Amino acid sequence: MLIYQQSRTGRRAAAQAPLEKSELSGIPEAFRRKQRADLPEVSEMQAVRHYTRLSQQNFSIDTQFYPLGSCTMKYNPRGCNSLAMLPKFLARHPEAPADHSQGFMACLYELQELLKEVTGMQAVSLSPAAGAQGEFAGVAMIRAYHDARGDEARTEILVPDAAHGTNPASAVMCGYTVREIPSGPDGDVDVDELRKVVGPQTAGIMLTNPSTLGVFDRKIEEIAGLVHEAGGLLYYDGANLNAILGKVRPGDMGFDVIHVNLHKTFSTPHGGGGPGAGPVGVSKRLQPYLPVPMVAQDGDQYHWLTEDDCPESIGRLSTFAGNAGVLLRAYIYARMLGGEGMERVAEYSTLNANYMLKRLTDAGFDAAYPERRATHEFILTLHKQAKQLGVNTMDFAKRLLDYGFHAPTTYFPLLVPECLLIEPTETESREELDGFIDALCSIKQEAEENPEQVKGAPYNLPVKRLDDVRAARELDLAWKSDND
Amino acid sequence: MPFIPHTEEDVREMLAAIGVSDIEALFDEIPPTLRCGKLKKLPQAMSEMEVAGLMSARANQDGDPACFIGAGAYDHHIPAAVWQLASRGEFYTAYTPYQAEASQGTLQVLYEFQSMMVALTGMDVSNASLYDGATALAEAVLMAVRANRKSKSRRILIPRSLHPAYRRVTQAMVENQGIELVELPFDLAGGHTDPATLAQFAGQDIAALVIPQPNYFGVLEEVDALTDWAHANKALAIGVVNPVALAVLNPPGEWGAQGADICCGEGQPLGAPLSSGGPYFGFMCCKQALVRQMPGRIVGCTRDLDGKVGFTLTLQAREQHIRRSKATSNICTNQGLMATAATIHMALLGSDGLERVAAACHTNTQNLVQKLTSLEGVEPLFNRPVFHEQVLRLPISADGVLDQLSAMDVLGGLDLSRDYPELGDAILVCATEKRVEPEMDDFQKKLQMILSC
Repeated sequence: MLIYQQSRTGRRAAAQAPLEKSELSGIPEAFRRKQRADLPEVSEMQAVRHYTRLSQQNFSIDTQFYPLGSCTMKYNPRGCNSLAMLPKFLARHPEAPADHSQGFMACLYELQELLKEVTGMQAVSLSPAAGAQGEFAGVAMIRAYHDARGDEARTEILVPDAAHGTNPASAVMCGYTVREIPSGPDGDVDVDELRKVVGPQTAGIMLTNPSTLGVFDRKIEEIAGLVHEAGGLLYYDGANLNAILGKVRPGDMGFDVIHVNLHKTFSTPHGGGGPGAGPVGVSKRLQPYLPVPMVAQDGDQYHWLTEDDCPESIGRLSTFAGNAGVLLRAYIYARMLGGEGMERVAEYSTLNANYMLKRLTDAGFDAAYPERRATHEFILTLHKQAKQLGVNTMDFAKRLLDYGFHAPTTYFPLLVPECLLIEPTETESREELDGFIDALCSIKQEAEENPEQVKGAPYNLPVKRLDDVRAARELDLAWKSDND
Repeated sequence: MPFIPHTEEDVREMLAAIGVSDIEALFDEIPPTLRCGKLKKLPQAMSEMEVAGLMSARANQDGDPACFIGAGAYDHHIPAAVWQLASRGEFYTAYTPYQAEASQGTLQVLYEFQSMMVALTGMDVSNASLYDGATALAEAVLMAVRANRKSKSRRILIPRSLHPAYRRVTQAMVENQGIELVELPFDLAGGHTDPATLAQFAGQDIAALVIPQPNYFGVLEEVDALTDWAHANKALAIGVVNPVALAVLNPPGEWGAQGADICCGEGQPLGAPLSSGGPYFGFMCCKQALVRQMPGRIVGCTRDLDGKVGFTLTLQAREQHIRRSKATSNICTNQGLMATAATIHMALLGSDGLERVAAACHTNTQNLVQKLTSLEGVEPLFNRPVFHEQVLRLPISADGVLDQLSAMDVLGGLDLSRDYPELGDAILVCATEKRVEPEMDDFQKKLQMILSC
């Protein structure tokens, strides 16, 4: 039931608004609203019950194993939340002057420094609000670099077919055309194909390494050499940084610009779809183009670097300084981990993924790249089950929900048919992994013995399988009182 | 090991199952020359207790001054229930609701959010959030260029009275697509965009006109005339609005004869703490006919196999994960949790509550302006009606005055000289419903002291 359907005219949560109703004496009638906005009218307790109940209709990290590939659904420490929400942090106005900002800016400055060290880049700007905005910033910097050199023939960005959809979309927003490069049969970028398409029209290449195929691209140095030789730059999509944190750095692989998804690798929560944060790091030659604002240190004082200090910057990407509260959470997380803790992130996320891969392939599931080592994630293909039993990946995914596990990423990357991209993260215990493996095996058995059972899933959730086609055809995007 | 549950025995058995001798062996596909070795500049781990000490000290260092700055971020009361509910792990630690059946909580909240934004703006449809107000405007501009089939130009009229950061962000986000932002001057007496200044563009091919309400100066714009001008000139009208102001101001859906085509804005006043500028959320609403050009997530109501009502992400063919390079935007992660908080905030306040908040802010700012302008040499710069902010001229350097006030724990407004040198020593002040009489008196007293020095 919607909150609107619990509404009664004249009911209020009276303690939540000013007790006095003042006059709008300075606003002429012509500017005023003629009819009151139709918002729900409920008591405080009704609202609390309603949203508590709704929360209970969600799967979440706090309640379930949530092995979504390339999403890094690791535990989000509660300490990060409560400390980032200290009342004085929450009360700080974004335009507060420097003498009321030193504590906050110290955290941001140190986070910039931490990210530089762990990514091997020369300079970092924290301002992008999410991974896709980090990508936009990165590609915009690549463009600014070429433009500044008068190199205007570079109109193309290369993107592997396994890339996240945001990569080509971000390149287009920067005015580039996108050329796709195929992956080879072993999951690495097909270097021969790359050689054919790289040239004076190449502005850059966007790569995720480890890629979304769950493997580390072993030819990265060769790729970097080829692209650099042609005058292009390398963009690193940090979606899978968790796999290599403290082991290999994008800067050392030859990347010129990167973004880091703090809501993945640095364990800030996903919040049902954000907020995230997508700081960008660059090599020396791209430093002048970083988005503003950034924090600089001068003796023991911190100050903002803005448009005035960075005339060549690609500019500003949010009204103020990006998702500051997310940045604080990531900073707190990084301080609790320390250097050694960061290395362990890569180690244990990789251990968990390889353990699952081995047990699942032993149980008769097909790995998409059986000869490869898993990184922090891996792909199973249910092609065989779909073909022989008529039970596809979506059916497996929905049935997993009945077993109390969130489904892995399904049907992505697009080039592997009937795929499940599974990322357990380092924070899951062996028992949890075993439970998930047992569930998948048990669903496989169901699929073999009683395929209809799997195809009808889920059964134990607030709703059964939803009609997506109806949702798009008979658009109902907002409640209206007359369709109650 | 922080947040890693493995015992030594677990590790031994897991490695044995994989068939390798140690964890290091799992990294054998990475070329050894690339390995970074120990990163010496990373700090040592801290316990939660230690980091709590550090963060408390940092937070305390910045103090708790009385805030009279608005300028796009407003210090409103947030009911206790809002963040207690939004911080529930089930909301806080869920992903984007790709598996709809396991995400009905988030999806229904977002459907309610869209419903409330539609009610507040008077538009037909809403998306489920963008990053912030400024990026929402940039996306609205891109959307208008795509959607306006009567226009072949990529020219957008954008008033100088609009938030300077919104103009900068929009510029940064659209310039690589060959879109031209043409600045409209504001009236120096009124602080608003005089519709007469549009005459010079009549007959030209313009894709859209941006209309802020209220504008950056707090001043109310002639939204009806501006909207009608846009439509008469085959341009789309993009409203940029404050959602709290919409509780009392005419909503964009009713501007002029036909209403605005797209409206967007900063959602922060609906339940997001000031928090140094983020996370906030951008919102965007539009007319039904434009829905397929919208960027970002949209939630739709549908039915399950048994005919029961349920919610799911819809019109996904607009989005990057399906359409890739042909998507309406690159946005993926948005500001879902902030939209969740806003939904709860609006449910708790209702229309009556939001009207009270809006009216209290308006009255408080009037009261503050009266107190400050009673001082010699302090005067309002513009003569038009305002919502809850006002520009004041000071008799001496604004910069110096604000620094001295800050040292006395009063954030006395924003210095406009950087973005609007033509206004001289001008500051933008705001008194939300949270500012009480003694704080305003204190502000007045301190300002008087500084001015009389």
